[in-house]
Amino acid sequence: MTTRDYQPLLLKNLHRYDSARLSAYEQSGGYLSLARALKELTPEQVVEEVKASGLRGRGGAGFPTGLKWSFMPKGPGPKYLILNADESEPGTFKDRLLLERDPHLVLEGFLIGCYAVGCNQGFVYLRGEFVEAYRILKQAVEEARAKGYVGKNLLGSGFDCEITIYRGAGAYICGEETALLESLEGKRGHPRLKPPFPAQVGLYGKPTTVNNVETMANVPLIIERGGAWYAGIGREKNTGPKLYCLSGHVPKPGVYEFPLGIPLKELIYDHAGGMLRPEHPLKAVIPGGSSVPILRSEQCDVLMDFDSLVAAGTLLGSAGVIVMDDTVCMVDALLNLARFYAHESCGQCTPCREGTGWYVQILERLERGGGKMSDLDLLVDMSDRIQGNTICPLGDAVAMPVRSYVMAFRDEFEYHVTQKKCLTAAAVS
Amino acid sequence: MIPGPESRAKIDAAVREYPHAPSALLAVLHLLQQERGYIAPEDQVWAAGRLGLSVAHVAGVVSFYTLFRQKPMGRHHVQFCRTLSCQLRGARDLLEHLKRRLGIREGEITTDGRFSLVTVECLGSCGTAPMMQVNDDYHESLTRERLDALLDSMK
Repeated sequence: MTTRDYQPLLLKNLHRYDSARLSAYEQSGGYLSLARALKELTPEQVVEEVKASGLRGRGGAGFPTGLKWSFMPKGPGPKYLILNADESEPGTFKDRLLLERDPHLVLEGFLIGCYAVGCNQGFVYLRGEFVEAYRILKQAVEEARAKGYVGKNLLGSGFDCEITIYRGAGAYICGEETALLESLEGKRGHPRLKPPFPAQVGLYGKPTTVNNVETMANVPLIIERGGAWYAGIGREKNTGPKLYCLSGHVPKPGVYEFPLGIPLKELIYDHAGGMLRPEHPLKAVIPGGSSVPILRSEQCDVLMDFDSLVAAGTLLGSAGVIVMDDTVCMVDALLNLARFYAHESCGQCTPCREGTGWYVQILERLERGGGKMSDLDLLVDMSDRIQGNTICPLGDAVAMPVRSYVMAFRDEFEYHVTQKKCLTAAAVS
Repeated sequence: MIPGPESRAKIDAAVREYPHAPSALLAVLHLLQQERGYIAPEDQVWAAGRLGLSVAHVAGVVSFYTLFRQKPMGRHHVQFCRTLSCQLRGARDLLEHLKRRLGIREGEITTDGRFSLVTVECLGSCGTAPMMQVNDDYHESLTRERLDALLDSMK
């Protein structure tokens, strides 16, 4: 099967103008998976089905979802499942699409998850800027409540599940699960030390699991068609459909759904229309959101899945694919991202708080033509000292791109030092 | 008097949604900001009293989150995305154009109070770059012409 014949599974309802409404969702078989889970399956069987599907988390880390759920303790007492809808990774815009255009798909998956882990109050942590998504989700929850999909005694099963939508207030760090928990408790979003892991000590000190929006959108499909069927999509250990976000120098940017493991070049050239300006060829691609190592154009013959991209020295991350042509100066692009991380560092750990500021200062110096050759080694050395030495992965998320840009495009960085100007501007003008 | 009766009712409803009242702090601050246009020191004192928190805790939260503003903004608060995908699609030139049109720099308000301008980090709309958010609304796939027409329509 070529990807041209692929029929979308996650985005199948989006052609409808009323795709966000419950009536539209029910017409396409919506909430039948929730009904099946509640009436025919035990929570343990739901977890087993999701384990069998091979579904790995779509938020960035790629951890197996069924396994994550199985870490939640059994037995009575409050437990929480949280939907991470704090999408903020630069280059990523898939969760917002799902939330605004097919909120019931996300809700159904989330409700099945709540049933699987025994959670009677699920929280949606929604990015504060997503005001439109907030209105749509609120409406979706009320529609679902009116039909007995949310609230007391779901569909007569005896299982209660309330859904609370929580608006963040503008902080990238709150997408990190323990910062999210702090924020949800009404505090600054400072990540927590692990262990203890949230499955033991999470929200309000109770067992908690946090799942990404796209991950939950896969769950109804798994319950409907079975884990074994789902595991046949994509590649071994990298199963299922995936949403890829294409942005940058392509004529048709947007969200594309294909199985995991689609060739990166096929995404860019067959689906996103190739390069924006044909006279400017591909120079580099960020394959998984701004936090992952960059690929030079000659490294772009890779498959877009978790394990293939690790083998290529980068990560699938959030599948935010940022495409850059030969007009882009890598010092400039990296400075843009360094400013992002400097702004978003929560300030808790010294290596990240101070390091992100240093990155910005050094890169600004290089941009101005005041850089020294030793700055390039300093950037790499700082990355080695930040990575792995912070409470949360934000330190890694900035160290990895900085190291990779300097190493992959060292000639450009050196040109900035020796010629006090930009190699790219010289090359393309 | 802020919060007024309508906000108070919404705040009471927000507090009821959580097993622990402090979880409603962000919701309370959003509502207070909606009413006043920003969060004043007396709003922080009020929120602290309502939720049983220290004023210092509330002040720490207000200063941590980008969306909470501690001074008045324009009627149309323009939040222009500066992050990489937008930059690749011309955000830098467009921002210069915007600043010239409004006659203000980042962080400033026009003298008539109509517009304020800040740059913000990625708003998750990279497929429709360049883009900006004005108050609650996203405006995507911007060009100079679209931007000009939009500004003209905002009174």
